[in-house]
Amino acid sequence: MESAPHHDEDVAPELAELGLTEKPDGPAAAAVLAAGVGIFVLGLLTTLAVVSPGLNDWLRTWEWGQGVGPLAGKTILAVIGWLLTWVVLHLVWRRSDPNLRTVFTIALIFGLLGAVGTFPTFFEAFAGE
Amino acid sequence: MELTSRESWAVIHGLILGTIFLLAFSGGLAELWSLRPGWESLQGVRRRYRRLYVGVTTMAVTAWLTVITGTWIVYPWYREPLAVQGEDAFAGCEGLSLPDPETCSPRDFLLSNARGETEAWHTFGMEWKEHVAWAAPILATAAAFVVLYYGPRLISRPWLRAVVIIMFVAAFAAAAVAGVFGAFITKVAPIV
Repeated sequence: MESAPHHDEDVAPELAELGLTEKPDGPAAAAVLAAGVGIFVLGLLTTLAVVSPGLNDWLRTWEWGQGVGPLAGKTILAVIGWLLTWVVLHLVWRRSDPNLRTVFTIALIFGLLGAVGTFPTFFEAFAGE
Repeated sequence: MELTSRESWAVIHGLILGTIFLLAFSGGLAELWSLRPGWESLQGVRRRYRRLYVGVTTMAVTAWLTVITGTWIVYPWYREPLAVQGEDAFAGCEGLSLPDPETCSPRDFLLSNARGETEAWHTFGMEWKEHVAWAAPILATAAAFVVLYYGPRLISRPWLRAVVIIMFVAAFAAAAVAGVFGAFITKVAPIV
């Protein structure tokens, strides 16, 4: 799933004078996919917290007495998941050129699933099950 | 002309940071949209990129500050369970036309339906807002990273530029949902 080499100056001659060096797409792909994963974790935890009262109580423990409730655990864990995914993917892809279209498509699917998971009409459908 | 500490934080969270976010988004989107081959001289490219860097970075930083102040400072005041008395979960809201900082939090007030059918402002509006808002800083940070990483190379890569614009607009959409519901909820049940 490698992408073709870029020829930026051929497409935009005005860039030639800037003397830009070639950069791998891996770090950008890691950032894009990690964002999708982060939103997915947020949506997943939001829905699972409705399904499982035990998980909801555990997510509440992340508030450190500040009165935030389970939202604290959902958002902290989503941010941790996002950052961890970003770091790992960055290390794996930092010198490679993964196909950005494929990566973006996967990230989009993760992101859309996560967005659905944060939608009350969706997650409330699991209440009491 | 006076604001309480809580009202001041609500203003910082919703109005000040929200306005900066909106301005950064508008500027950043205009600059991103204009990154096309042959549209700018070398000097133009440099100037445009300085503005773009400021726009995307400001939007990401502002998005983080907004969700952090919203979740960890304002939201606990919104959701305090103050109204419960014995078996009646919303006794403290009885007869009120606005939340009361001693007896009825905004969440209590909305769920009590003390002033009309207000429950859905919490069960749908707040529940959606408090979660989806966190997608905004994640997406804005990813968009900012891609812009900073590639720099002017984005000019020659229209597909990648489109990806950045999609993330940028999605970050704004998530913030817009949160902002619009925040404004309406504050109108019905302000934090006082």
